[in-house]
Amino acid sequence: MTAVDVLESAAALETDRAPSASRLAEWIRDAWVLTRRNLVHVRREPAQLSDVTVQPILFTLLFTQLFGAAMVLPGGGSYIDFAVGGLLIMNLVTSAPMGTAVGLGSDISTGIIDRFRTLAMKRSAIVAGRTFSDLLASIMCAFFVAAAGLVVGWRPDTGAMGLLAGFGVALLFGYSLSWFGACIGLAVRGPESAQSIGLIILFPLAFVSNAFVPTNNLPTWLGTIAAWNPVSAAGAAVRELWGNPNPSSTISAWPMQHPVAAALIWSVVILAICAVTATWLFKRRTTE
Amino acid sequence: MTAPVIEAVRLTKRYDDTQALAGVDLYADKGTLLGVLGPNGAGKSTAVRVLTTLARPDSGCARVAGFDVVTQAAEVRRRIGVTAQDATVDIALTGRQNLVMIGELSRLARTDAKRRAGDLLSRFDLVDAADRVVKGYSGGMRRRLDLAASLVTNPPILFLDEPTTGLDPTSRAAMWDVIRGLLDGGVTVLLTTQYLDEADQLAHRIAVIDHGRVIADGTPAELKAQTGRQRVDVRLSRPAAGAADALAAFVTAPPIIGDGGRTLSLAVDDAPGLGSRVVEALGTIGVGVDEVTVHRPSLDDVFFHLTGHAAGEAGTGEEAA
Repeated sequence: MTAVDVLESAAALETDRAPSASRLAEWIRDAWVLTRRNLVHVRREPAQLSDVTVQPILFTLLFTQLFGAAMVLPGGGSYIDFAVGGLLIMNLVTSAPMGTAVGLGSDISTGIIDRFRTLAMKRSAIVAGRTFSDLLASIMCAFFVAAAGLVVGWRPDTGAMGLLAGFGVALLFGYSLSWFGACIGLAVRGPESAQSIGLIILFPLAFVSNAFVPTNNLPTWLGTIAAWNPVSAAGAAVRELWGNPNPSSTISAWPMQHPVAAALIWSVVILAICAVTATWLFKRRTTE
Repeated sequence: MTAPVIEAVRLTKRYDDTQALAGVDLYADKGTLLGVLGPNGAGKSTAVRVLTTLARPDSGCARVAGFDVVTQAAEVRRRIGVTAQDATVDIALTGRQNLVMIGELSRLARTDAKRRAGDLLSRFDLVDAADRVVKGYSGGMRRRLDLAASLVTNPPILFLDEPTTGLDPTSRAAMWDVIRGLLDGGVTVLLTTQYLDEADQLAHRIAVIDHGRVIADGTPAELKAQTGRQRVDVRLSRPAAGAADALAAFVTAPPIIGDGGRTLSLAVDDAPGLGSRVVEALGTIGVGVDEVTVHRPSLDDVFFHLTGHAAGEAGTGEEAA
């Protein structure tokens, strides 16, 4: 069962005799139309993009310069080379789900959602279209983290495939968290609550991980949490694929021994659970 | 006889502690305009939300274009256009972008959606504003865009929920012209309104709704006939308790007394010399008349007659959704 199948289960209740291939095509088209709409919003108010432009540049410069001066990595290596993979994940964790949560939270609290619901479109495309535009924002975010990293001296030690695979794993992980953000946006009352509740959940998640600091010397209980935190798996996976220092490789927990597999599994599990939940929440929210 | 295009049978719908619909029956034949008339909170918007697949009824059933609004919602959505009370356009997009987006989401090809958007913008006098962001539109422009948005697919059935509320008289008259044009084109319309003159002007049939129930149903002429063939409004020079009794011979329903006993509104049958006979009858009990008018009943009179309160006054229920 693919994510689209899950999403379509909501629409399947509606009478629709079109064959499944054309239903999928219609769904993709609806989602794309709404993605473009969200991009127009961004163009109207470019400040919305600060968390995928200014923030990644600022964080990359600040963290590498501040922590880099004090940090000695277990097993050696440059802190800057270590940090950029973690900063990429950290920026995606704090931007991708927030964009979806706030965007969907504002749509659902205005009359536009009623307009969409009286059209012959696929309703599940409303949520998907939002996550697609946030994926595009995430790509922009990844670009700025990498660009700022290169400026301060980050050098990946891998081929083009490894480099792309690292970005791919990071973006997939960020995309799965967009669906988590969708759940938040649909569960709370409005965009402001979505923003504050999202940050309360995501910031500890981003910090209790190997995103900024090696977790090798943490107290056992905290070390265990960090090792099984999906953010750590994603950070370690990116470092491994980029050939950058990855101190987590000496931690015996399974996700730290197999970070790429762990990051992919986490992404798929989060995506599946959150897509089902978001679809259910959307139906509940729009059923009178 | 063909089935009605819009048909609701004993619809009920409860929101928390508000019984928004308490057994509503509505129908509209093809190519006609059904006016659903009632005060705020009467249940008009809820009825529209049920008929447009946005809300499910608790009981009762409704069919639009022959399709059940609950079990065949997708078929219904292909055939309707909806203009809700709150503007349902994206205020961060331009007027044109809104219409193109709605066209594409309604399965038009992008080039067709663009052409259709251009046609509608010129038809609704929005060409100059087409490429401006909707946030800067006036109330009347937003309503026109909203109506244009509901016409993108050329739907044979239109639901207009208070389309002229809050509009200035000029914009309202322009909206009426547009609606008449749609009717000429064979569209079936359900229009809700709090304005009696609006229903009178546009509707082929009117359902008067109050507290979630249809309390009267008929052509505008039939409804007016219910309150007597003529009405006489009298303004006395001073309040007089005996005035109603003195006029009892003329009236067909209890008179409505206002302004502390100085004004009376009477339902009467046609009679020659009606005005002067009313003045004479009052003169015999020594009451002077400042003003007397004889007129055909308006829908305001009808509403007062049916509900005991004026159309502008809210009923006891809250406007649900």
